[in-house]
Amino acid sequence: METTAPPLNYLNNGHTIASWLLTKDHKRIALLYLVSITFFFFLGGFFALLVRLELLTPAADLLEPDMYNRMFTMHGIVMVFFFLIPSIPAVLGNFLIPIMIGAKDLAFPRINLLSWYIYVLGGIFTILAALLGGVDTGWTFYAPYSTSASNSNVLLAGVGIFITGFSSILTGLNFIVTVHRMRAPGLTWFRLPLFVWAHYATSLIMILGTPVIAITVLLVAVERAFHLGIFDPALGGDPVLFQHLFWFYSHPAVYIMILPAMGVVAELVQAFSRKNIFGYTFVAFSSLAIAIIGFLVWGHHLFVAGQSTYAGLVFSIISFFVAIPSAVKVFNWTATMYKGSVSWDSPMLYAFGFIGLFSIGGLTGLFLATLGMDIHMHDTYFIIAHFHYVMVGGAIFGYLGGMHYWWPKITGRMYPEGWAKFAALNVFVGFNLTFFPQFIVGYLGMPRRYAMYAPEFQIYNVLSTAGATILGVGYLIPMIYFAWSLKNAPLAGDNPWGARGLEWEIPSPPPTENFPATPIVTEGTHQYAPSREVGIV
Amino acid sequence: MFTNFPFFPQQASEQAATIDALYFFLVAVTAFFTLLIAVLVAVFAVKFRRKHDTEVGVAIHGSLALELLWTFIPLGICMVMFVWGAQVFFHMTRAPRGAMEIHVVGKQWMWKAQHMDGAREINELHVPIGKPVKLIMGSEDVIHSFSIPDFRVKADVIPGRYNTMWFTASKPGKYHIFCTQYCGTKHSAMIGTVTAMEPADYQVWLSGGSAGGTLAEAGQKLFTDLSCNTCHMENAQGRGPVLKGLYGKQVLLASGQTVTMDDAYIRESVLNPQAKVVAGFQPIMPTFQGLVTEEQLLQIIAYVKSLK
Amino acid sequence: MSDAPSAYQPPPVAIHPAGHGHTPHHPYLQHHFDNMEQQAEASTLGMWVFLVTEIMFFGGLFMAYLVYRWQAPLGFQEASHHLNIYWGAANTAILIVSSLTMAFAVRAAQTSQPARKQVFWLVSTMVFGAAFLGIKAIEYSDKFKDHIIPGPDFVWHGLYPKPAEQFYSLYFAMTGLHALHMVIGLGIMSVITWMAWRKTFDNEYYTPVEVAGLYWHFVDIVWIFLFPLLYLIGRHYHAAA
Repeated sequence: METTAPPLNYLNNGHTIASWLLTKDHKRIALLYLVSITFFFFLGGFFALLVRLELLTPAADLLEPDMYNRMFTMHGIVMVFFFLIPSIPAVLGNFLIPIMIGAKDLAFPRINLLSWYIYVLGGIFTILAALLGGVDTGWTFYAPYSTSASNSNVLLAGVGIFITGFSSILTGLNFIVTVHRMRAPGLTWFRLPLFVWAHYATSLIMILGTPVIAITVLLVAVERAFHLGIFDPALGGDPVLFQHLFWFYSHPAVYIMILPAMGVVAELVQAFSRKNIFGYTFVAFSSLAIAIIGFLVWGHHLFVAGQSTYAGLVFSIISFFVAIPSAVKVFNWTATMYKGSVSWDSPMLYAFGFIGLFSIGGLTGLFLATLGMDIHMHDTYFIIAHFHYVMVGGAIFGYLGGMHYWWPKITGRMYPEGWAKFAALNVFVGFNLTFFPQFIVGYLGMPRRYAMYAPEFQIYNVLSTAGATILGVGYLIPMIYFAWSLKNAPLAGDNPWGARGLEWEIPSPPPTENFPATPIVTEGTHQYAPSREVGIV
Repeated sequence: MFTNFPFFPQQASEQAATIDALYFFLVAVTAFFTLLIAVLVAVFAVKFRRKHDTEVGVAIHGSLALELLWTFIPLGICMVMFVWGAQVFFHMTRAPRGAMEIHVVGKQWMWKAQHMDGAREINELHVPIGKPVKLIMGSEDVIHSFSIPDFRVKADVIPGRYNTMWFTASKPGKYHIFCTQYCGTKHSAMIGTVTAMEPADYQVWLSGGSAGGTLAEAGQKLFTDLSCNTCHMENAQGRGPVLKGLYGKQVLLASGQTVTMDDAYIRESVLNPQAKVVAGFQPIMPTFQGLVTEEQLLQIIAYVKSLK
Repeated sequence: MSDAPSAYQPPPVAIHPAGHGHTPHHPYLQHHFDNMEQQAEASTLGMWVFLVTEIMFFGGLFMAYLVYRWQAPLGFQEASHHLNIYWGAANTAILIVSSLTMAFAVRAAQTSQPARKQVFWLVSTMVFGAAFLGIKAIEYSDKFKDHIIPGPDFVWHGLYPKPAEQFYSLYFAMTGLHALHMVIGLGIMSVITWMAWRKTFDNEYYTPVEVAGLYWHFVDIVWIFLFPLLYLIGRHYHAAA
């Protein structure tokens, strides 16, 4: 089972700081991202902790309302722009896509490094905004509050988000060109791993959507700095125009967050059922369908803003359409397990969790697409519960599952499985306890972004905070054993899971150039023959 | 905290039952599919659990029949949700004729309501049960949102325009009003109470103290004080169009467009008179931006509406 | 190692053997590409994808323009008439000619023409680009003199002051963003010109020129949209001015 690590791999190929900070190797860049993304995740989690502690009691006793408003805003900004959007693409996508397609690197390695620096620069501005008192507009920074009424660091945070957006755009650009032009001979589109399809679809959204939020943030900054009347009606502007421009990006953005996780789950389900995916073509096209249709539904965030009823009808029906490809994927993943050889290793536990929780999250989205229903639910905790089910139960479970699955490939070490199973269970229980009560208290009418709330809502908030504490512990445990595993865990070998895929045919950790020579692909890379045994190395 | 907590909001309006029916349908569909998937995953995970280290699964590539099945059945269910939801939405957003109008102005961080007969409230709204009530809402500063969860109604209150919503209260009692669009520091304090009363009790409350005359009377006073009547005269000799009888009609503008003379148009013409000048008139009306508050605008509108 | 047949097989002759010695290749071939053709295709596709993002970026401003012009058509028309159509038309002509010289520059590199010819066309392009920016500077300073820069000093003597301020906000935002792209374009062109002067480009390797050309043409096309939308609202040709 144990093999010696290859003498030269991407980790030990250069030890200086410069060899890391000036690297062009996509694998090292992925690790740079891993460090910064983990930092922002815990920063965003810290803000969440303060929010949930305050909400233990109905009164605003722990934090003044003004401070509470800054806390939930920073939680949203950090989690959305600095964790959820980059996480899987920048860490797992960067590391794996070239390997999965048989290439030595992405199409533009230096642009890849530049993306990371841009991300860090944007992050610095945002941290600066936080240190100088934060922002209190909500991560959605609606005008005219954000342009004219808020006296918080809107400009600084806006600059941070603007800059970081370019990191996303460049990553998407890099992935698209890479998938088009760098596939190994014989690797046709329909032999690509579904992880690659998912990232390709994600990249389409990144390049088409992100520029729009960039210009929106720019206009907010310009209006705030020069008092021009773009969104503030007192200056002649239109506040609903802001909402249209903002959500034109921010809705597709949620598909940037979930599609990569779906790609991870497709890989996990195949690897841990030792079966190729059921309905490959349908799953691949579903990723594209979600990306394209996802651009047409933004108005469902404006159902109660007074847009015309007919616009509401159009956005509502298309919002139902966008749900269908997600449903198709869920059924295909489930069907993959049928007559598979299903292992309960920790990555698969995250996949199980994803399938269940994403289903709940997606189905509760249907409530919100339903025009008549959304009126009551808009801006209540029902919405918060819905998006946390898809963002945490979906995207974060996908991220954690992927990190566990590919950890042996990335580091050459196998983390302790017992602790990993425990952490997965911990996260699952904690997550549900945190967010399920929020569906109930949301339907009762508790509004979101409230520092103080009506006393009869307290029980649900207490349950939610208890869950959040358990969830927080569940997030910390992997940090500890992953870090521990780097030096102390057994070597993993090239293919500890007995999985298929080009990444499992090269050493763990991989050499800098990935492959000794450009591979020639002769069949889809995820075939597990029915009667053949699979050797585990 | 652990006693007497609600699980479900009250049904205090005639709309509430309609909304809740839709809700239960959606819950049922969600519960069904969640359970279906969860059970399938659990069953497959157990039944096909890996038995030895080198075992692999059977190569099954897919099934067009299944794909079509699980595409079109969800699509059909979604279309039912869409149509039902659209129907409910149409009903919720079209106030019946003759609904009793109350004007609401949101400002950081309070709600001000004006009844047509002049009664004014702050953070409170008294309404009779059994009669449709239509709220016409404006904001003095940023976007707010007026929500009565027990009635299942909500609408954003946006500066620069009017949004409306309506309901028919059905159960006497006191119910929460929440602001549901983040609006700054005291957003979570921008709350109030709706008191729904038997019609007789409502009349008693109404007569209890509305000094100051009706909304329209207040508007007439403003009309004179601000000299609107010097250009908008009762006959066609003024420098501005005659307003009598014009409310609700189509108006031809200098640009060739046609607009309806409604609340929004009146408000815009007072604040930004050059925007939509009536055909045949010079763009000489001065602006009253900064000279009238949102409440005064509603009074002026009430007055113009009353000119028949 | 697993004895299951794998999904890939190494080719009989290694294309890029690991280690330091390597088969000779074009000096400008980056090591993660297999050949010059792949590199060129990747670079041009990358620039096209980038230009798509630029379309979306400018698109937001065009959306705002659309909404506000629809709301105040007469106001926008009045504001537009205050722009100097002669400067605008001159700039349009200048940019179109600069795209022509740019196309000649790409062609010169593509057909291995001598470096001085390549440099001639590239420098011509830059001269026209600079002329464009010079005229924009004149126009902007005129606006400053006429007090029609949006903000506290904005003064409008026409019938529609609010729409005029909105129009000029959009005018400065859109032409300003465009001018910024022109400046960046001049920076890119300087680098390309220097590389051309160093005899870098020939028919085997001219991708940077082509890619810079794509960018330049894009910036030109944005102006082709800006000119009618900003300068030509409701303008009619009169026999007598």
